Amino acid sequence: MALKLTSAEFEVVRDKERCIACFACARQCAFDTHTDNDGVVESDSRLCVGCHRCEVLCPTGALKIVQKERLIKENSNWQSSSFLAIQKQSEAGGIVLAAMGTDRPYTIYWDHLLLNAAQVTNPSIDPLREPMELRTYLGRKPVSFQDEGELSPQLRLEMPVLFSAMSYGSISLNTCRSLAWASRAAGTYWNTGEGGLPQELYAYNDRAICQVASGRFGVSPEYLEQAAALEIKIGQGAKPGIGGHLPGEKVTVEISATRMIPEGTDAISPAPHHDIYSIEDLKQLIFALKEATEYRKPVAVKIAAVHNIAAIASGAVRAGADIVCIDGIRGGTGAAPLVIRDNVGIPVELALAAVDNRLRQEGIRPQASIVVAGSIRSSADVVKAIALGADAVYIGTAALVALGCHICQKCYTGKCNWGIATQDPYLTKRLNPEVGARRLTNLLRAWKMEIKEMLGGMGINALESLRGNREQLRAVGLTEKEMEILGVKHAGEGW
Amino acid sequence: MKRIKVKEEYCIGCRLCEIYCFVQHSKSKKLIKAFRDEGLKPVPRLFVEENGSFSFAVQCRHCEDAPCLEACFTGAMHRDENGAILCDENQCVGCWMCVMVCPLGVIRTNRKDRRIVSKCDLCEGEPVCVKNCPNEALTYE
Repeated sequence: MALKLTSAEFEVVRDKERCIACFACARQCAFDTHTDNDGVVESDSRLCVGCHRCEVLCPTGALKIVQKERLIKENSNWQSSSFLAIQKQSEAGGIVLAAMGTDRPYTIYWDHLLLNAAQVTNPSIDPLREPMELRTYLGRKPVSFQDEGELSPQLRLEMPVLFSAMSYGSISLNTCRSLAWASRAAGTYWNTGEGGLPQELYAYNDRAICQVASGRFGVSPEYLEQAAALEIKIGQGAKPGIGGHLPGEKVTVEISATRMIPEGTDAISPAPHHDIYSIEDLKQLIFALKEATEYRKPVAVKIAAVHNIAAIASGAVRAGADIVCIDGIRGGTGAAPLVIRDNVGIPVELALAAVDNRLRQEGIRPQASIVVAGSIRSSADVVKAIALGADAVYIGTAALVALGCHICQKCYTGKCNWGIATQDPYLTKRLNPEVGARRLTNLLRAWKMEIKEMLGGMGINALESLRGNREQLRAVGLTEKEMEILGVKHAGEGW
Repeated sequence: MKRIKVKEEYCIGCRLCEIYCFVQHSKSKKLIKAFRDEGLKPVPRLFVEENGSFSFAVQCRHCEDAPCLEACFTGAMHRDENGAILCDENQCVGCWMCVMVCPLGVIRTNRKDRRIVSKCDLCEGEPVCVKNCPNEALTYE
């Protein structure tokens, strides 16, 4: 094998004055960037993926990982990302893989929406003195007051934030444990993703939303019985229209038992559900799941935000979905083709506004709750999503960041130095689930307080009063058309 | 008695505990200075044992039936009022009998000029290894 001609993306800067040659960096890097060469620590920048693990653990702060400003001479057309993709591709002759959400500079509509606050004409509320209601129920609601009879099954959340679907296999068991433990502590739910529910976490079944995806991994009557709610995964924001592939090396004994496939075999999720080619087919699966669980559990349908999302969501609701989850283009993944992740789908803000509008126009909005996903980065994003019409949000990357993730986007390598997206026992130990669960619980607690502050500022004391209340939003720096789709006025316009 | 406990399933083998232990028992107690200027081969008082992905830090367990106490003929090795076993460096003559009898091998010879032994002293109730473990694999309870 000849010398690789791939450029180094990062530069390892080591302050020789501070380095004490303790080799903590060498022991922490799964990519072998730092090595112990007979008592001398050597770093090969070409191997660095920019996860910052060594930088964080270096006891003397001797390390700095710097992203190279550009790999080639200045060129507005050829950016480093396209350049690097071609380099990798010409080296290996395959599809370039990527992970987590897209890093392309698409408009982040959350950052163009501003929240209102009460002044003089209506009083703001102090959440420290007055009760503030964030409790959220997800599921089918009665359409009219005349509706009598039994209420459809509901998920009760103490705040409108759930953990996104991340499968055991793509993430480690310790990560699943952290999510499950934190869900119970914070009164919310975690999502098993398509990899099944590990036996050990059956104890947290009351907090688990179990996915039924195209690969049907780990789906059994017992699995359906465990779930608090079921979610049919049609698509994922990072890779709409694309299936999944968990390489055989990652299918350990435990994962093979959870996914119910032979050890060491590739776990391939087909792109479509082979039994779903229409809304009618979707309805059959929804009702098959409802029948199987005797109508005791809400059934969600997760779809990626694509061009015709409003009509598709309407179809899903009419097909009997109790919850519709929409995952936008900035949504994350454990592995996806780079070209798909960066180019397919639409931003979740626009999709949410379109879906909420459409369901209202058709008079079926109460029939399903809307949960949005795809880069919810802060409590402000949550509040803006609620005001745009969402019932709750899913957080994936935000949760992983709370667990240590530094968004190096190398999940697909299986060598996550933070012990999250890996099955290597040497690496999975790095996430202590007790610490992880505590950090996640802290995050949710902090967001909860911030959401209450923002609501109080608007003079609102219940989240329900903000839901779909787009008058509380004003746009800055958006075009007429964008504001029309989002259904918001420009900043400066009054009621 | 409060003891340092090890959760080997979360020990990541980074050996930061060893580094901070050495610094705590150095002259300057300053990280870079201790490694750079004090001219000693760093000898911590706890040791990370590793075998593949399995690792844990081991230090003096402050045994109830401590063989080192029996073996010490000068009385340097003693149990303090809290139950911790400490070595009085002024009394230690460096016969290294405690090193011989310690079942865990956590008493080591000190590489300073004087022939004395060094062992975990629980850092006066605030063990630095526990404080600096990045994964809470060490607890003091």
